[in-house]
Amino acid sequence: MKLLRSHLLWLVCTAGAQLALLAFALPMPDARGAERPLRVMGDVQAKLAYCEDCHGRSAQGFHGYFPIPRLAGQQPEYLKNQLEAFVEHRRTNNVMFNVAHSLTPGMIAALAADFRALNPPPLGGGARSLVPTGEKIFQNGVPEANVAACAACHGPAAQGIGEIPRLAGQLSDYVYNKLTNWSKERGQNPTEPDISAVMSPVAHSLTRPQVEAVAAYLSYLK
Amino acid sequence: MTFPLVRDAQGSDRNELHTMSALTIKVVVLAVAFLAAFAFAAHAESALVRNCTWCHAGSAQGYTPAPRLAGQRRIYIEQQLASFASRTRDAPFSKQYMWGAAANLRPWEAHALSVYFSNLPPRAADDGDRELVALGETIYQRGMPDANIAACVACHGPRGEGAGAIPRIGGLAYTYLKRRLAQWAEGYHGTLVHPMPHIAEQLSRNQIEELASYLSFLN
Repeated sequence: MKLLRSHLLWLVCTAGAQLALLAFALPMPDARGAERPLRVMGDVQAKLAYCEDCHGRSAQGFHGYFPIPRLAGQQPEYLKNQLEAFVEHRRTNNVMFNVAHSLTPGMIAALAADFRALNPPPLGGGARSLVPTGEKIFQNGVPEANVAACAACHGPAAQGIGEIPRLAGQLSDYVYNKLTNWSKERGQNPTEPDISAVMSPVAHSLTRPQVEAVAAYLSYLK
Repeated sequence: MTFPLVRDAQGSDRNELHTMSALTIKVVVLAVAFLAAFAFAAHAESALVRNCTWCHAGSAQGYTPAPRLAGQRRIYIEQQLASFASRTRDAPFSKQYMWGAAANLRPWEAHALSVYFSNLPPRAADDGDRELVALGETIYQRGMPDANIAACVACHGPRGEGAGAIPRIGGLAYTYLKRRLAQWAEGYHGTLVHPMPHIAEQLSRNQIEELASYLSFLN
């Protein structure tokens, strides 16, 4: 009885303390060091869960009817530019057009910071046997076809920088679909030319087997 | 197939039968026996299938409350059979009918059934509310980003055809779709913990009826 009473007392005390702690801990500083009000933070969490419905747990990407890209660890500026690209019809995608339309600049910044901080393991999926070839193309390019090393812009670990995307851990079929169809995927609005033009000659010069190899290499990269 | 022939022979064409040569009769009897043996063999093989079609209907097009299996994704069927056998999928009808039905299936039998049903041509149930179709289509094809409702099309495909482990939902029965979508939010378990429980939780009762209506006509 005495034991039970002390147990209950302990529970009540810690529950109170935990609640108090939770209340203080909730408005945590985000990646930019600023504090978010509680209500906004709830909105961001709900929106993040909504994004993960399609983009997979911890935004590691998901194989739906369409390959849905990994957003975890992505460069915030790249994400922001792509969301704007959907709105400006530089990228055509009915679903993402609607999604991007509903996001405020503040929400985009908050989500981009949260995605940047996520680091789940890559989903993989490419053929393991192609990884060495893919690595060679990524790190050295294809000199005889005038293809520069991917690593020159995307970084030796494919982490990206600014508007240049992180490719490490991206779904292999997503990378393959984009690269083999670049002229119809990106830069679709002639009145709004964008950075995607840089990739056009590269995408055109790579053969399909080469794209497949690079995509396989990237799908396992942490 | 052989029955009308026999009936004809015993009925209106009796006289003609008498005029047949013994050899012709022997050939006919042998042919009938041969065909019957084949039919019997096929019948024996399909005992497994018949255990399913008692409820899921003759051509596996579904029969309330059992869903259509025809054209369902092979991997999805196999996973569901496994989840019934392991008692993971735990809604009332699953418990009542499918736990027992899947309990004694050997892996090769589950696989054979999945292959068989996934190759049957599916027909749309066409039993939803036509007035709700347009609203359901908007949710399915576009989602409702302001309400954090994901667009179903991203995973289930433009015609609800599904892919791999993602089920074909186009043309399933209205009542089945409505019940399944409601059950995700009622705490029943399926094979997946992500993302369907979270997605279905965002849907209102009306939105579920709109989606179920739209999907019931999709083929």
